[in-house]
Amino acid sequence: MTAVAPAGTGADGRPRLAARTLRTDRWWLQPLLTVAALVAFIVYSTVRAFENAHYFAEPYISPFYSPCLTTSCEGDTFPELFSGPSFLSPALYILIVPLGFRLTCYYYRKAYYRSFWLSPPACAVAEPHRSYTGETRFPLVFQNLHRYFFYAGLAFNAVLTYDAVLAFRNSEGEWFHMGVGTLVLLTNAALLWLYSLSCHSCRHIVGGRLVHFSRHPIRYRAWTFVSRLNGKHMQLAWVSLVFVAFTDFYVRLLATGALDDPRFF
Amino acid sequence: MSYDARMRVWRGDAAGGELQDFSVEVNEGEVVLDILHRLQASQTPDLAVRWNCKAGKCGSCSAEINGRPRLLCLTRMGTFAEDEVVTITPLRAFPVVRDLVTDVSYNFEKAREIPPLVPRERDPDGNHRMQQIDVERSQEFRKCIECFLCQDVCHVLRDHEENVPAFAGPRYLMRLAELDMHPLDGVDRRRLAQEHFGLGMCNITKCCSEVCPEGIKITDNGLIPMKERVVDRKYVPSTWLGSTIRRRKRSAEA
Repeated sequence: MTAVAPAGTGADGRPRLAARTLRTDRWWLQPLLTVAALVAFIVYSTVRAFENAHYFAEPYISPFYSPCLTTSCEGDTFPELFSGPSFLSPALYILIVPLGFRLTCYYYRKAYYRSFWLSPPACAVAEPHRSYTGETRFPLVFQNLHRYFFYAGLAFNAVLTYDAVLAFRNSEGEWFHMGVGTLVLLTNAALLWLYSLSCHSCRHIVGGRLVHFSRHPIRYRAWTFVSRLNGKHMQLAWVSLVFVAFTDFYVRLLATGALDDPRFF
Repeated sequence: MSYDARMRVWRGDAAGGELQDFSVEVNEGEVVLDILHRLQASQTPDLAVRWNCKAGKCGSCSAEINGRPRLLCLTRMGTFAEDEVVTITPLRAFPVVRDLVTDVSYNFEKAREIPPLVPRERDPDGNHRMQQIDVERSQEFRKCIECFLCQDVCHVLRDHEENVPAFAGPRYLMRLAELDMHPLDGVDRRRLAQEHFGLGMCNITKCCSEVCPEGIKITDNGLIPMKERVVDRKYVPSTWLGSTIRRRKRSAEA
């Protein structure tokens, strides 16, 4: 695209109206709330990722540090594949996958294109940029890799589900016990599965790419199920994001001794 | 209950224009188009406004009401406060003809560029077969009344006149998705959608879906599935490598 573009709504022949928008509602509120929520999450998760402490309280592990890939991880965490430099937090090795999955997610793309990049800030509100190439060039062309982050995310969900199963132990490692933390980890894993399965790439992979649904009845049923979930993708994106931070915060409270995990049995 | 509404209507042509203030009687249950007709009948007989069915089915009376692209015939005056100023302008993404009438011929030019459906080979018994569930997805897109509100609100076109030649807009990217999903269509439209019709420019901010008076989920059901189909064709490494070293047939690329 040209570096300096003619102003969009001010282009020759279009109705002469100087206003950037004539909307009278509070169109700025939604992008503002989105920025506030995402910045809050980014700040919290960055602090926690670099903290490199208080992420394990037997039998619970924070989702920010699972799967714990390095041998320096606290507790009997999984899978401890290699020993990284001790100054590097184990969270930094793994956050790339959930971060990549959410960054390339079709819902989050809408959210941050609108709220951070103002492209556009709201419908029928002129964007401030003079040129626009969308997702046709580097780096945004890499948004097309979303499905690979989806596949990797499924493996992470499996590990977090395994963590939730391990949470049915007590602090001595004995099975068939349960506390509030178990519920927190279970809910977190369930929400992450729902968020992943409601993904647009998942919808395409399970059946969306077909042209003859009638020849693939099982995939059609799967596509119908995922399509229903997909209608709630935005809500699941937010709920799972907030809950993953809450899960980490809960484990931190336990690990620092600020809270004792209420046990059911 | 009647009251006098404060209306601001853009009047002018390509050479220039301005918002003019009017006070017009409003009766219960009326829509914005009723008020414009009353304005024509009582104060501005030369006000240009395009309309036809007055039932939200012909797609003629598209305009912007308080800055939002909407159909004049489906916007009830009851949605505004009685003391609110209601501002009506023509669609801001298209060249204006006069007053509230714009030249939307760009859309028809883009429509003509789309290759029509080319039926696949017939079954051995000479028939074409498809089931209802095979065409349901495409049928949602057939609800389109071509009001072009989605084309108007899409920032790729609205805010960037330079993109007009390279970008077909949501209405026609949805048409490509409709054909690509059609069980009888024998043309592979994925590369065409990306390289000729500018699907990659869409950043899925969903304004097209927000303004669609037919409630078509243009982004979720049309554009994003089409983007995923393009990924299948262009960005899956094995497919990309195959076409790069020309081991993969190009016959289906169209």
